[in-house]
This record gives sequence, C-alpha cells and structure tokens, in this order.
Amino acid sequence: MEIIVCIKRVPDTEARIRILEGSPEISLEGVKYVTSPYDEFALEAGIRLKEVHESTTVTVLTLGDDEAQENLRNALALGADQASLLRGSTTMDGLATAKVLANEIDEKKPDMVLLGVKAGDDDQQQVGPMVAALLGYKCATNVTNFKVQGSIVTCQRQIENGTEVIELAQPAVITVTKGEFEPRYPSLKGIMAAKKKPLIIKDVEVPESRLVLTGLEYPPERDGIHMVGEGLDGITELVQLLREEAKVL
Amino acid sequence: MSNLLVFVEQREGCVSAVTKEVLSAGAALAKELGVEIHALVLGDKGIGSSSIELTDYGADQIFLAEHPELNVYLGENFASVIVSAIEAGNYRAVMFPATAMGKDLAPRVTAGLDTVMATDVTQVEVIEGGLEITRPIFGGKVLAKMKFTAFPAVISVRPNVFPPEKNSGAGHINKIEVSLPFTEGLSVEIIENLGRQNLDVSEAKSVVSGGRGMKDPDNWKLLEELRDALGPEAALGASRAVVDTGWRPHGEQVGQTGKTIAPKLYFAVGISGAVQHLAGMRTAQTIVAINKDADAPIFGVADYGIVGDAMEILPRLTEIISELNAGE
Ligand SMILES: Cc1cc2nc3c(=O)[nH]c(=O)nc-3n(C[C@H](O)[C@H](O)[C@H](O)COP(=O)(O)OP(=O)(O)OC[C@H]3O[C@@H](n4cnc5c(N)ncnc54)[C@H](O)[C@@H]3O)c2cc1C
Ligand SMILES: Nc1ncnc2c1ncn2[C@@H]1O[C@H](COP(=O)(O)O)[C@@H](O)[C@H]1O
Repeated sequence: MEIIVCIKRVPDTEARIRILEGSPEISLEGVKYVTSPYDEFALEAGIRLKEVHESTTVTVLTLGDDEAQENLRNALALGADQASLLRGSTTMDGLATAKVLANEIDEKKPDMVLLGVKAGDDDQQQVGPMVAALLGYKCATNVTNFKVQGSIVTCQRQIENGTEVIELAQPAVITVTKGEFEPRYPSLKGIMAAKKKPLIIKDVEVPESRLVLTGLEYPPERDGIHMVGEGLDGITELVQLLREEAKVL
Repeated sequence: MSNLLVFVEQREGCVSAVTKEVLSAGAALAKELGVEIHALVLGDKGIGSSSIELTDYGADQIFLAEHPELNVYLGENFASVIVSAIEAGNYRAVMFPATAMGKDLAPRVTAGLDTVMATDVTQVEVIEGGLEITRPIFGGKVLAKMKFTAFPAVISVRPNVFPPEKNSGAGHINKIEVSLPFTEGLSVEIIENLGRQNLDVSEAKSVVSGGRGMKDPDNWKLLEELRDALGPEAALGASRAVVDTGWRPHGEQVGQTGKTIAPKLYFAVGISGAVQHLAGMRTAQTIVAINKDADAPIFGVADYGIVGDAMEILPRLTEIISELNAGE
C-alpha cells in the first residue's frame, strides 16, 4: 500500500501570538514550532498501517519553508520511509494549499492520503476534503480510528452525539482527529535511520490567496473576574450574579 | 443581483438549531445588502415539511433536493447536489453551519466551485458593499478579519454565536432535479447515537465541564446533577486530562484537540485552564470557574470565580439553581 501523510509545521500551542502594531501581521519571533498535533495522529495512523500491512510505504509531504525539513526528518525518525518538501508559502486559503498538495499526490497515485482534521495555526479544517474533491478520491473526515481490508477502509468518524461507521473504497483521503492514534516517540535507532532516508525538495508555485487578511485583533478583554466569597453565601451570590448580571440562568 | 444561500442541516426531518442561527445571520445580511436569502434542503422524499420553519427564520426561496439516496449524509453525494444548485443560481455567499457535517461538506463544495472558504466564522459585516468576516485563529488567541476575492464566498458559521431570530420570509418552494453520480464504494452507518437526552457539548447552551480536580469518575454524578438543573439545553464537557485517563469519552473533550464551543454559560470545575483548554472555550459568553487553587490560570479568563472544593460547592450550587427554577 502507498500512503501519503500531509503534515504542517505550525507554532506550538503554548506559543504567545503577538500582533505587530499598526499592521495586520503576526509576530512569530522567538516562537517554537512543532508538527501540528492532529498531523501527528495522522502520521501515527500511517506508521501503524506499515506495521500490519506488508510492503506498505509511507511518504510524508509538506508545503512550507526550509525549516519544515526538521518536521519531515522527525517523521522519518518515527518510521516514515521518505519525505517531500514542497518549498513554497502557505496562506489561509485552504484551496490554494490543497491544489499544490493534490498536484504532488496525483503524481504518486497513493492508495491512501492521511491528514490532520485541522492545522493548529489557521484552524481552517479544509485541506483534506478539498484534496479529495480535487482528485476525485473518497473521503472521510474527523476519523478517530480506521481499518483497511483489501481496498476497503472502514472508519469511525466522530459526529455530534455519536460515531458514524463509514466504509470507503481506495483511493481514500482520511482526516484524523484525536482517538486511537496516540503518537509514539522517536527511538534513537529511528533518529539514526532517518538520516539515511530520502528527503526530496521541490520548489512550487502556490496560487495567490483569495482570502485577504484585512485586520487582526485580540479577543475582547473580559471585564475582569468577579470572585465570590467562600461558603454558602458565595454560592448564593454566584447564582444571583448569573441571573441578574450575566442573565444566563 | 447576487443572493445568499444557506445550507439546511437536518436529521430525520428536523432542522438543526444551528441552521436557524445561520439563517438568521444570513437574513440580516441579505436585508442589509438588499438581496434575497435562499435555503437549500437535501433529504429523502417528503423532506419539504421542514421548510415551514425555514420561512419563519427568513428564507425567501426554499430549494428542495429530494432523493432516497439523500436520506443519510454522504459528503460526496451532498457536495455534488449542492455544487449544481449553486451553479444554477447566482450567489455572492453560501453559508453552512460549522458542525461535523458542515465542516465535511463546505470544503468539498468550495473545491467543486473553485472558490474560497472561511471556517468557523463568528462575525460577518457588510463593508463597502462587500462581505468581511471575522474568525478566530491560533486557537482563539487572535481574531482575523478577512475579505474574499473569489465568489461565491463559502462561509461556515460557528454554532451558538449568532442568535436565532424569527424573521418571516416569503418561502417560495422550488424543487430541484437530483442526479447522483458516485455513491459507489461508500456506505455509512451510525453505530452510536446517544440521542437527544445527551446533547452534544458543541450544541449546548450551557456546559458543565470537569477536570482532574474532580478526583474520581464517580464524582461526575455531581456534574450531571448540575447539568440537569440547568435544563435540557445543557451538556457535559471535559478537559483532556480526564479524557486521557479514560474517565470521560473523547466526544466531551473541550479544547485544541477536542471541541471548540461557544455556549452562553460555561462552568470549568477542577480545570486548571491550560492554553489548550482555553482554545476550546474562551468564546463562551459567561465563564464560571470553580477551583480550590486561587492562583489557577482559569481565573484569568473567567467572569465569575469561586475558590473551594468542588465536591462541596457543586451539590449546593445545584440545589440553589433547582430551587430557583422550581420557583418559576
Ligand atoms: C498539543 C496539546 C493539545 C492539548 N489539547 C487539549 C485539549 O483539547 N483540551 C484540554 O483540556 N487540554 C488539552 N491539552 C492538555 C493541557 O495542556 C492540560 O494538561 C489539561 O487541560 C489539564 O487538565 P485539567 O485542568 O483537568 O488538569 P490539571 O491541570 O491537573 O488541573 C486540575 C485542577 O483542579 C484543581 N482542583 C484539584 N482538586 C480540586 C477540588 N477538590 N476542587 C476544585 N478544584 C480542584 C487544581 O487546583 C487544578 O487547577 C493539550 C496539551 C497539548 C500539549
Ligand atoms: N502546508 C501544508 N503542508 C502539508 N499539509 C498541510 C498543509 N496545510 C494543511 N495541511 C494538511 O491539512 C490538514 C488540515 O489543514 P487546514 O485545512 O489548514 O486546517 C492539516 O492537518 C495537514 O494535514
């Protein structure tokens, strides 16, 4: 089986995000970068397929800058076989990203494409189903677990109020959410092996973003906290405030 | 003149609550722009009966795509029907609810139309005759304002942000022809449906969330009792710490790797308030923190706070709220 896992390099969830004064731009100076958390689940899912299905190859794919090589190497250390960096700029326009990825995926004609359900920076939740639509592959999103039998993929997909089981024929695109695929840590052996695995770099043309940023602001400050007293009086006061001031009871 | 279109999410003939919010937001925009608001309903034959409600929330035209194969949601089928419907009209924007279904569907439609999309929108404004949206990025640490340079713009609207408002529309019904190309190799079955008595945390108006400070899964009955006292539109939530230990199902997790929610009222009980948790709930209208540590970071984002042992506070809080509701 040929598997492609799409990963994105994003600021760490703990990172402090500052708006550059007077411009709709974000300062990411000094920010630590990681592989987007959901993409780690997708990668784990891919590596586990290798462990159960003979002659399976996992290719990690990213659109990003040179720095993203670090994330690709890390994926190789975890067990991916090869990596491709599509060197180009990322924007919030999910379809622009999806077109670039789909182009590359189409050359490789994999059986499965695994992605995170959303990237940890823009939270757009678009790229997976867009790649599927562009390539005409079947697609399941928000998947917590899946199994492959022959060319049929059986997925558990999380919806409001429950779980759907959905069966799709390969080639299939799956976006992975938190569930069964708790990521592993790289082993020393894995890190050594990764140095010898192929990492290809290609420059790509990314279509211009059709989503234009016009402004950035911090979420409105809350009025500050109202601490109520301890004990029964405090609880009574709290209920009264929720009712009369906040008007939510 | 280009109109606005709203995709109507329905299950078993019931229009979802968030669809009413999206329609209300759309109707207000359409009024400002001087255009019509259209609603698109997909479902099995006879689905038309739910359209009366749509008129109540401002729909001027209702488009019905009826086909037995549309009885269950399948992204491939739904997207193909919607893309054709949009191409047959002339729309400046198409709005979806940002639910599991909407988030699966809207990007496929966007790709099908070769246009642009914004997810989880919390505000839409008309600026110089064009639409400008606001959406949270970086887990809600920053709000980004954006405009579109391709049309129709596809927008998914975050639940619980826009109030549903009654707004009567003409509600002309139009049936549209459905031809389905590609269900082959896809089937879907819902294996677990908790039903309406357990409202999903993302759809609830009030959420009672518990963290590691709840100490033991048995103590969840205290949170359940508070939820019940808050009424049928309340649900339970959880921090990742308690989901990871298996105390609660992942479906309840709120945060960066859980659900992003915007209820009217959020109780964080025994939750420290890590940034990844805040990413999921900071847009709640009113936040109440209950924690025994007065320095817990959750107090930094809460509107109301009470320092103390949750196991002592919860039963009393539930009692007072129940009495209040009983007295009405
Ligand atoms: C990539 C990534 C993604 C993550 N995603 C999420 C996510 O989606 N959601 C999420 O929640 N977390 C997420 N986390 C984890 C997050 O960083 C925290 O570890 C987690 O939120 C802590 O959960 P908690 O507040 O329940 O536990 P703790 O941090 O252990 O806090 C327990 C709190 O309970 C209080 N307490 C103790 N006893 C009592 C008592 N008797 N009465 C009242 N209060 C009491 C304590 O004072 C403390 O504040 C993520 C982390 C990473 C790295
Ligand atoms: N620049 C990128 N390179 C590789 N994969 C990406 C990129 N952007 C997004 N993805 C993939 O698409 C998923 C969803 O991203 P998004 O639609 O931006 O929230 C991510 O979790 C990744 O798996």
